[in-house]
Amino acid sequence: MKQWLARLGDSDIGHSFRNSPVAMAAAAVALICIFCSLFANGVAPHNPFDLSTLELSDARLPPAWDALGSSKYLLGTDDQGRDILSALMFGARISLAVGFASVILSVLLGVTLGLLAGFLGGWVDALLMRLCDVMLSFPAILVALLIAGVGRALFPNAQEGLAFFVLIVSITLTGWVQYARTVRGSTLVERNKEYVQAARVTGVSGLRIMRRHVLPNVLGPVLVLATIQVATAIIIEATLSFLGVGAPPTSPSLGTLIRVGNNYLFSGEWWITVFPGLMLVLISLSVNLLGDWLRDALNPKLR
Amino acid sequence: MKLTRTMTLAPLALALMALGFTASAVTLRIGNQGDALSMDPHSLNESLQLTVVGNVYEPLLTRGRDYKLTPALATDWKQTAPTVWRFNLRKNVQFHDGTPFTADDVIFNYERAKDDGSDMKSYVGQVKEIKKINDHAIDVITTAPFPILPELFTGWLMMSKKWCETNQATKPVDRRKGIENAASFHANGTGPYRLRERQPGVRSSFVRNGNYWGKIDGNVDEVIFTPIGNDATRVAALLSGEIDVMEPVPVQDVDRVKGNAKLKVLQGPELRVVFLGMDQKRDELLFSNVKGKNPFKDKRVRQAFYQAIDIDGIQKTVMRGAATPVALLLPPQVNGFDATLSKRLPYNVDAAKKLMVEAGYPAGFEVKMNCPNDRYVNDERICQAVAANLSKIGVKINLEAETKGTYFPKILSRNTSFYMLGWVASTVDVHNVLYPIMSSPGEGGRGQFNLGAYSNAKVDELTQAIGSETDLKKRNAMIHEALKIHQDDIGHIPLHQQALNWGMKKNIDVVQLPGNEMPWKFIKVNP
Repeated sequence: MKQWLARLGDSDIGHSFRNSPVAMAAAAVALICIFCSLFANGVAPHNPFDLSTLELSDARLPPAWDALGSSKYLLGTDDQGRDILSALMFGARISLAVGFASVILSVLLGVTLGLLAGFLGGWVDALLMRLCDVMLSFPAILVALLIAGVGRALFPNAQEGLAFFVLIVSITLTGWVQYARTVRGSTLVERNKEYVQAARVTGVSGLRIMRRHVLPNVLGPVLVLATIQVATAIIIEATLSFLGVGAPPTSPSLGTLIRVGNNYLFSGEWWITVFPGLMLVLISLSVNLLGDWLRDALNPKLR
Repeated sequence: MKLTRTMTLAPLALALMALGFTASAVTLRIGNQGDALSMDPHSLNESLQLTVVGNVYEPLLTRGRDYKLTPALATDWKQTAPTVWRFNLRKNVQFHDGTPFTADDVIFNYERAKDDGSDMKSYVGQVKEIKKINDHAIDVITTAPFPILPELFTGWLMMSKKWCETNQATKPVDRRKGIENAASFHANGTGPYRLRERQPGVRSSFVRNGNYWGKIDGNVDEVIFTPIGNDATRVAALLSGEIDVMEPVPVQDVDRVKGNAKLKVLQGPELRVVFLGMDQKRDELLFSNVKGKNPFKDKRVRQAFYQAIDIDGIQKTVMRGAATPVALLLPPQVNGFDATLSKRLPYNVDAAKKLMVEAGYPAGFEVKMNCPNDRYVNDERICQAVAANLSKIGVKINLEAETKGTYFPKILSRNTSFYMLGWVASTVDVHNVLYPIMSSPGEGGRGQFNLGAYSNAKVDELTQAIGSETDLKKRNAMIHEALKIHQDDIGHIPLHQQALNWGMKKNIDVVQLPGNEMPWKFIKVNP
């Protein structure tokens, strides 16, 4: 482990990381957010989902530094007396989980289809790429909204779990196109190189060439893309939840928290919506900055 | 020379005049938290739907500015025998398509309102038969003497027989079974406004009926009704002038709207009482983890639920004071209210826990709660607070809060174990609570909104007697007895009477009726 870390630190990426204060700050923020949300059960001062701990008399308290605030609730409480800070941690967990899950699924789907399209060419390539064109001609959020809406209409009495499933699927189905395009481009370049031809000549099957020879060489850009896409996925999730077709209010993601809090913006209870908004900005900004840095670090032309 | 100049100016002046005329057409834009679910006046007994549709369709008798009975499509009425009422119908009334309104239409509407798919059965449930005397007179025969019949008829709106037949809309729209017809999207009434355009859930527009039989006090020529579900968006629309009138003002924003120099908030008590109901009929609840028995059949469980709800907390924080906790399912403004029964069981978590232990649920149980999220003031938040309250006695509530378009069909088919409902006694008499809400479900709309099927034979019997009793003293004694039995049984869990909060521009005069009706014919937009 130690050796591995040392190797990482000594590599090009490690050097680049150590020379980039932005990347380090972003990584620190992202790590703190991920840590807090992963271990929300232990870190959060309250459990907002344990209804029996809620007190209506504590509802709508402003943040602790306000004269009316209470030190018990650092960032104030919402209309049901839920601690905003704890709700943020639990909410971020849902946002991050949905974000990562949908990115992993879209990477799997996109990379597979892109690899097939690039390697096989012909009608497979034409068909898949036209499909990509169609998907790209719609704004991602519109497609996600459509899928989420259809999903809800198909299963009107669905359980909460299914709501998340629909959410993840809808984000996945809008996200895979980018990976497919990227991987197809790289595959087109790689498949004519000598090592692939050599493998062909020695009689390695097409599937194996794709998996063992081409795939590792096209994954670099995918990594960069995936990092940036995590932020996009989190934002799409928040948008869908904000529009009311995402995470249910009983297990609120950041988007749901912003939506619920939005009702109180006019009446001066700004903290209910502003803090989830800030949290969303923090997470997506730090992940985006990390992605930007990774892109530069992996780009041989900028080295 | 002079002449030519005037001649060249004349068209310009005409154009200016024309512009002046079009600009003087008064348009009123109304925003509401929800939409009327259909234009059919017999499909859903819900205040918002009836108040919107009530501008297009009219009843035989209606309520004036003072909420007193006034003639509408009937000019006068009298009781000719204990069970016979003579109604003389207004002559020279035309539906919007020009068809004259006659006694045949009334009889047609009677059949339509008592049809299986109708939600208005309780309004005509007392009627045995309607006889046509001539084109403009009918005799209504009731099954038993029923002195408050005229009050009940205010909620029964008249459609055109001919129009319904031509448009295959002779049966009511029934959303529980997913039945829609032309009456959902089109309308042809006798009312002061006619429907011009209907986009469900988006926008409906209405224009003044030039051929209206009566006088329209207001000056509104065109009404545009827009549902805006999100509280903040609705307030923003009012603040920015995008809409002129909105209902309800979210309780958290009342002060802000009041503080705006161009706006005002019209407040008043509403006749509506919001309460919770429990399935007390099935032997096993549809949505609970208790199998083989129904915990709500045990009065101790119902009482534990009642006493575990922090009603003052809800009143103070969720409703911000815009509600009055009640102990009965009717507010003091309704005839038959009994002040001696207006004391709620105290909020007491320990007593509630004890009751749960006695009933055999020391660890509580799990049950689904159905709740609307765009019908009553802060409905979903109230349910969330109730869920939090009940978790303290070990009851895990799986809250299902949804828009009324899916909520009402669900609970009206009794597809629920634990639900929220709000009720306005539209006759302003206790009978309109006893009969549809507290009586056992049965024929003629009896217990049609008693969705948990609370049943007590004595209450049924008293309700029947209260309907026919004319001696006020005897009647009040029976009302007291029936309400007391229901209260002691904890047939429902009363929550509160909500308050009306309507926001509007300062130059608009509206009449706010306590049943939350907003008749557009009274609305005046001052310059």
